[in-house]
Amino acid sequence: MSQVITDKHGIQHYMITINVNGDDYTRVVKANTLLVNVLRDELDLTGTKKGCELGDCGSCTILLENKPVDSCMILAIEADGKEITTIEGIAESSELDKVQEAFINNGAIQCGYCTPGMIISAKALLTRNPHPNEKEVREAIAGNLCRCTGFVNIVKAVLKVSEETNDKEVISNE
Amino acid sequence: MSKDYAVIGKNVPKIDGREKATGAAKYAGDLKFPNMLFGKILTSPHAHAKILSIDTSEAEKLPGVKAVITHKDVPALKYGISPARWDENIFCIDKVRFVGDKVAAVACIDEETCYKALKLIKVEYEVLPAVLDALHAMDEGAPQVHDEYPRNINTEIHQNFGDLDKAMAEAHYIRKDYFVGQRTYQSPIEPHSAVSIWKDNKLTIYSSTQSPHYFQYYIAREFGLKMGDVRIIKPFVGGGFGGKLEPTGLEFAGSVLAKLTGRPVRTFYDRHEMFAHNRGRHKVYMELTTGVDKEGKILGVHANFVSDGGAYTSLGVATSYYAGGLLTLTYEFENYKFDMIRVYTNLPACGAQRGHGAPQPKYAFESHLDNIAKDLGIDPLEIRLRNARQPNTVTINDFGINSCELTACLEKAADISGWREKKGNLPKGRGIGIATGSFVSGAGYPIYRNDLPQSAAMIKVHEDGTAATLYTGAVDIGQGSDTALCQMAAEAMGYRYENMKIIAADTETTPHDFGAYSSRQTLMSGSACKQAGEEIKKQILDIASTIMSLPPDDLDCRLGIIFSKSRPTAKTITFEEAARRFFVLRGPLLGRGVYHVPRLGGTFKGAAVATSPAYSFCAQISEVQIDEETGEVDVCEVWDVHDCGQVINPMQLHGQVHGALYMGVGEAIWEEVLFDDQGKIQNPNLGGYMLPTALDMPIVHSELVESYEPAGPWGVKEVGEGATNPTMGCFNNAIYDAMGVRIDSLPLTYEKVWRAMKEKREGKKEV
Repeated sequence: MSQVITDKHGIQHYMITINVNGDDYTRVVKANTLLVNVLRDELDLTGTKKGCELGDCGSCTILLENKPVDSCMILAIEADGKEITTIEGIAESSELDKVQEAFINNGAIQCGYCTPGMIISAKALLTRNPHPNEKEVREAIAGNLCRCTGFVNIVKAVLKVSEETNDKEVISNE
Repeated sequence: MSKDYAVIGKNVPKIDGREKATGAAKYAGDLKFPNMLFGKILTSPHAHAKILSIDTSEAEKLPGVKAVITHKDVPALKYGISPARWDENIFCIDKVRFVGDKVAAVACIDEETCYKALKLIKVEYEVLPAVLDALHAMDEGAPQVHDEYPRNINTEIHQNFGDLDKAMAEAHYIRKDYFVGQRTYQSPIEPHSAVSIWKDNKLTIYSSTQSPHYFQYYIAREFGLKMGDVRIIKPFVGGGFGGKLEPTGLEFAGSVLAKLTGRPVRTFYDRHEMFAHNRGRHKVYMELTTGVDKEGKILGVHANFVSDGGAYTSLGVATSYYAGGLLTLTYEFENYKFDMIRVYTNLPACGAQRGHGAPQPKYAFESHLDNIAKDLGIDPLEIRLRNARQPNTVTINDFGINSCELTACLEKAADISGWREKKGNLPKGRGIGIATGSFVSGAGYPIYRNDLPQSAAMIKVHEDGTAATLYTGAVDIGQGSDTALCQMAAEAMGYRYENMKIIAADTETTPHDFGAYSSRQTLMSGSACKQAGEEIKKQILDIASTIMSLPPDDLDCRLGIIFSKSRPTAKTITFEEAARRFFVLRGPLLGRGVYHVPRLGGTFKGAAVATSPAYSFCAQISEVQIDEETGEVDVCEVWDVHDCGQVINPMQLHGQVHGALYMGVGEAIWEEVLFDDQGKIQNPNLGGYMLPTALDMPIVHSELVESYEPAGPWGVKEVGEGATNPTMGCFNNAIYDAMGVRIDSLPLTYEKVWRAMKEKREGKKEV
């Protein structure tokens, strides 16, 4: 349970520590603070977008303990002690991740607003299932709305990553 | 695309792809400034009510509230994107006109305080009867939305071309049909945001805008500022589709809050507020009467429309003219009457959504044409081929058509979809439908009257020649104009795309451009960028000729290599070398370009709307499967064949077709903004307003036909909106083919299909 601090107005604040993209951050948050707002406002990780704040659009998708979730649907205190990956942590160095490369090379990005969430959902799928079929790709990104691409080139990009992933690599990564 | 181009006609990496893929791209809502405040607007809970009093005193006392403003604190000057009808105030003065109308605003230290402060503003209303049904807005005694517009008539159009009475008298067959559209909303995934900074008499606004120019013009006008003292900067924009073309309360209220507090203020809409601000597609009630000869050749058409405009004009005057004006493009006929009334209602204002004015009339006309084809026993493909627009023709309402490969589009769509094998041979429940579309490649005239060029561009080559920066007012909202324009600039310069940089859409640093609307930028901004590139090339070859001791006419530059045309073995030099030499001897190497549209169109009232230097054409065929138990419409496959002239970037081009088609898919089957009997939106969120997901999207085949548009740079014309136009009619025709039922209102929901099938079974309705 996170440490509780009561301010002079009697409002309780909670000290949480979250691990984001490999680093620990300790912040004091209110009970109603959303995880997406901690990431964006406190840590300046604005790659995680807000499109609806109702869990409909998927723009704020992050990996929480390696599972894709809408960070607008999670309270910051629920993430205390957990591991988070945001779009800023998908590429480990200046080199892009294969999913990011594929999105760029296959025309899967137009306005780019859904892109971070979409890449996170695609990444989660490919980690779980390196060779999905088209239906599985569509199911995996069904919670991410894109208004520009009709999903055509997004699906193509994800399948391309699968095609180019050789199975030895998958095994050695596991 | 041919042959000899080095940079255009190719898929290059999107210039901002990396920033977008890594989350580094900053949109307006991501921007932070020191000491920044947050601003929110208080809106009306009533569709129509008098404001009796506003008490802000409790809100002002709340700790963290830095300013509270109402109509008393802002200019009373009315504004609107259509100069013909300025009818909107920053805050309502005497009454509110829809649920969501702007009443007051606050600036606070954080978002949470904003919501608390808004709740503390006490507004006393006297609720008035509201007009919620467009068809009764003109009734005697109906409530008046604006006193200045009797019977709630916002726009009234009566156009008459040729001799319709004569055409109808001579017609072999006349058919009248009635269709109803629906209200849809653009729903860009990025909500509107703006950061306003008003410092030392200068107003700077970062905004999610499709047109920094129109924002600058209207904001300067509203506050009595010189345009030079208003700077509009477009950060990354997360989609617009027409909804971000006009300044909103966010910019107007945000500016006042910034001035009063002396601090940057970020204002923003949440998803519900976006639906209330709206400016989406009008719901149009459409009566069509068409006379044809024995062969199905169209002799004359009467389009008689009423549209629900909502509480304000927005772009609705233009939308109304477009609704009928564009109907003459795809099929040739010489007699046409167009009557239209756009009425005010106490609902959110409608404006320009992808395909501006055209998609719903097109749905109606394509369904109507199929009815006629069926009555005459003509194949739907055949009736379209017989009437298809041909190149180098002029429409009856004076639009000059240069390139037009509609016939080739129809033939190719038929071939790749297997139309001739499938038509009439599919099992019950499965159907195939066809429709066509067309759209402008940029509006021929700006939104407010002025003599500015449509587009201008500048290129500055870096001192050592290793980079060149394109400065353009063109606005990339996701469609990829930054990438395409850099390709065009590099091609014209004889340079490499990889070395191009771009600074765009900032009214202080980039030259004028009207922005991203009416599918104008590839042709118009592209023309200016091409000219700027050619000016660079001319200068670089001139200096190269002194270095190489060859006449400049003998030199050319391609991908950064300058060579002799007549002596292929002569030593070459690099663009970098020549550019560096140029800077040392002559100073900055700059290129400039400007694009004016030639005078277009006729002289009748409204003749300017829907004029364009060029028009795109397309044919779409779709195959659907209908569940006979539930009425579920499953669109299995769509074939779109486009005549969009020459292609700058094939991947981006097909991406535009996919996106436009996607929007058509949503509007065809699911999307509709719904209201209760008090004028409140029932589905103001992305769960209730059903955007199609990845699972709903059919298999799409996007193909092109060879075409060259003489009015466009390198033969280009539009693609971004045209593919929305045929889709709804195309699906409706496929549903008819599958089940023999005609759905006469949008969206073509499962329920409507189910009911129509039931009525048909019970023999209640004959189509």
